[in-house]
Amino acid sequence: MTKVTMTVNGKAVSGEVEGRTLLSAFLREGLGMTGTHIGCDTSQCGACVVHVDGKAVKSCTMFALDAAGSSVKTIEGMANADGSLGVIQQAFQDHHGLQCGFCTPGMVMSSAALLAENPKPTEAEVRHYLEGNICRCTGYHNIVKAVLAASGQDVSSVAAE
Amino acid sequence: MPKDYGIGASSKRREDVRFLSGLGNYTDDVVIAGQTYAVFVRSTVAHGRIKSVGTATASAMPGVLAVFTGEDFKDVGGNPAGWLINSRDGTPMREPKRPVLAHGKVRHVGDAYAAVVAETLQQAKDAAQVIADETEIEELPAIVDMAQALADSSNRVHDEIPDNQCFDWGWIEDNRAATEAAFKSAPHVTTLELVNNRLVPNAMEPRASIGEYFPGTGDYKLTTTSQNPHLTRLLIAAFVMGIPENKLTVVAPDVGGGFGSKIYHYGEEALVLAAAKKIKRPVKWVAERSESFLSDAHGRDHVTKIELACDKQGNFLAFRTSTMANVGAYLSNFSTATPTFLHGTLMAGPYKVPHVYVNVKTVFTNTAPVDAYRGAGRPEATYSLERVIDKMCRELNLDPFEVRRKNFLTTDMFPYTTPVGLVYDTGNYQATLDKAMELGDVAGFEKRRVESAKRGKLRGMGLSTWIEACGIAPSNLVGILGSRVGLYDAATVRVNATGNISVMTGAHSHGQGHETVFAQVVAEQLGIPESSIEIVHGDTSKIPFGMGSYGSRSLAVCGTAMTKAVDKIIAKGKKIAAHMLEAAEGDITFADGKFSVAGTDKAKTFGEIAFSAYVPHNYPLETLEPGLEETAFYDPANFTYPAGAYLCEVEVDAETGKVEVCSFTCADDFGNVMNPMIVEGQVHGGVGQGIGQALLENTSYDENGQLLTGSYMDYAMPRADDVPFYTVDASCITPCTHNPLGVKGCGEAGAIGSPPAVVNAVIDALHRGGHTHVTHIDMPVSPSRVWSAMNA
Repeated sequence: MTKVTMTVNGKAVSGEVEGRTLLSAFLREGLGMTGTHIGCDTSQCGACVVHVDGKAVKSCTMFALDAAGSSVKTIEGMANADGSLGVIQQAFQDHHGLQCGFCTPGMVMSSAALLAENPKPTEAEVRHYLEGNICRCTGYHNIVKAVLAASGQDVSSVAAE
Repeated sequence: MPKDYGIGASSKRREDVRFLSGLGNYTDDVVIAGQTYAVFVRSTVAHGRIKSVGTATASAMPGVLAVFTGEDFKDVGGNPAGWLINSRDGTPMREPKRPVLAHGKVRHVGDAYAAVVAETLQQAKDAAQVIADETEIEELPAIVDMAQALADSSNRVHDEIPDNQCFDWGWIEDNRAATEAAFKSAPHVTTLELVNNRLVPNAMEPRASIGEYFPGTGDYKLTTTSQNPHLTRLLIAAFVMGIPENKLTVVAPDVGGGFGSKIYHYGEEALVLAAAKKIKRPVKWVAERSESFLSDAHGRDHVTKIELACDKQGNFLAFRTSTMANVGAYLSNFSTATPTFLHGTLMAGPYKVPHVYVNVKTVFTNTAPVDAYRGAGRPEATYSLERVIDKMCRELNLDPFEVRRKNFLTTDMFPYTTPVGLVYDTGNYQATLDKAMELGDVAGFEKRRVESAKRGKLRGMGLSTWIEACGIAPSNLVGILGSRVGLYDAATVRVNATGNISVMTGAHSHGQGHETVFAQVVAEQLGIPESSIEIVHGDTSKIPFGMGSYGSRSLAVCGTAMTKAVDKIIAKGKKIAAHMLEAAEGDITFADGKFSVAGTDKAKTFGEIAFSAYVPHNYPLETLEPGLEETAFYDPANFTYPAGAYLCEVEVDAETGKVEVCSFTCADDFGNVMNPMIVEGQVHGGVGQGIGQALLENTSYDENGQLLTGSYMDYAMPRADDVPFYTVDASCITPCTHNPLGVKGCGEAGAIGSPPAVVNAVIDALHRGGHTHVTHIDMPVSPSRVWSAMNA
């Protein structure tokens, strides 16, 4: 076992991990932060997306030790300072961009990464960027709409939510 | 102004806040002090005889607490089929035992024959690998193809079942001769052979279970990914483990999607309970995605020949189908109902057709069990009908819109008894077709087609109309038809002393938003804020005995039970109010959260009545019990019959065969709509899955029974860039006539109506592009299949 230290949602954390411990497992089991979900184990579904030093990463495809010294942001760190939902989270609620909620943490984290690099994406750009996040409930309609709305664009012409 | 409260409002979902904050509580998120980890050892061959299971080395490995094999469960019960189907000759279906762990033989890749419990997950995985390495299984020839399975008695999935057939079902057998006669004399017959492709449900949360045993009391607790915790408890108690029902609590906390696959009881649930008892510690199992692909119940997998008899004007005279339906290696709980009473009974569609006959042979194969997946039988029926109708229109050069319209049942024909045994209570199929044509701008299609052609794309338009039977189901009827369970539901409405309310429902929400919608309904009925109402579901120790959520039944059945419980609350409240207001009970009215004496300004608020019920100082104790809590059970009088019309436009790339869905339009009649935002979301999701089935998804086994599509690298899930924005409408409303909310159900519609619309659009595009020799392409309509068809 090796000691690993990193910053998660602005707080310094540390824990003992094996070399093979994935970042997703460290977050969920080591830190008890179960907002990051495991949907496929093969880096395909995107439910486990977090930000590592500002970049969207599938945390099931990265060893915890590889994140040593990094700044990690998870779904638990997306709320506003007063605890209310952040802009993207609120847009997902307002536009019914989630149903069962399982893919949602990854969707929100990927959407945040998209908007950080492309603040006003087109519909096609949103769909392309989210290609690595699978949702089985929503047919993506309201997720795409929520991301466009979170970017400040008018979505009133998109069919009902 | 749209309503912002109660029935008909698009109330934002209260459950979203926890899901968006990372505070959901899914089974894998549950951590119990001292928990241990189970890992299953699964067959890597499709068919084999177990010679020995190598447990000796593994049992002594570090951290290993217990090892189980099929031998440990050979004397306990099997996981039963929930529906008995009789063959045409009256003989009952063949029901092989489905053990907790495979014993004697393994019957599909992924069939679990051993399990290890260890201190850590890694220790359990390491030991499981050693068991796999030291186990001896004699591989037998795999039975994969259904026709071959029926023809070859020398190779058997279950040794006691010679032709691998579960049953040979006719519906309705008495209609067979008349249907055949109609075909003999028909001016035109269209025949189509098609495959309804096997799908993996792929809820994003893999299955997971935690077993606990409490030695002090002898109680068990199972936390599990279930759509119906009471049904799971009943199956474990009565059939599999023999644990008394009152010693077992089943909790299904937040569940990350189901789509049918989490209806069923699975062996892993029994194993973690048995293991927890043996080692006196909690035992947790979480499926990896590859285990989900291998062992979740799959969906669809029908091979069908459908024939349509009609006159030269396209008036339907008869439908006849012959289907082979794959049930896989074992009977999953509702696998026998899905291809029969959820399929054959819908084979008249929304049409007036005098004669229908359906034959279904169900076949055992060395593949994962197949059971109900979103729509369950009804997508298969709709696909067969809507494809053959389109083919007929092309053969007779008739307009597919007009053919459907002239064959629709008309609004003056309800209630209508179909030739396949259902009684449709109400509907207006013309209205939804008109609405779809308007929203989908059928009139403007030609202009769009020309524009596509300029870009070298072949554009096509496909229509399908659909109907389903949901709100499952009248118990006496399904009992006659072979169901081994009742399909009522239940709710308890508990008014707390301070006036807020807990509603305990038998429904289970795994994405549908019941916590929000059920609160809207009760808020409307009692005239109190939605925020004062809490919906409790998913815990057998808290909720009354209900059958859970599937088959678009939650509001129609569970919502009706809830409404009836509310009615009892109001009735009792009137008695209390009459006493407090010194008036006759008959003079008390209830509206807007107030009990009033008619014609006076004397009134008591709902809160005052609730408080009086629990602090009964001024209360008619000699005639009325204190407290304000009521339970109602509701058994539906009939199925409900939502219906609609779907339009799809595609562009086909003539060079590559790639299909792009340009637009998808849905006009549905769901009866009354409680929350339009959620109803639309349900349709979006269903359509997404239907487009997935039509264009992308397929479950492929090779001739050795190896699953070739066992990960998201190989199984093409629809992704955000595979689908367009959808146009969805639910404004054509004919309220259900036999439940008080007038609701019909919307959960499966999208998955039922969309696949034929997509495929019809592709065929239309090819025809308009001059490829008139193409009459059918099986799903998924992949670029290679389209290209091959075009260039055949």
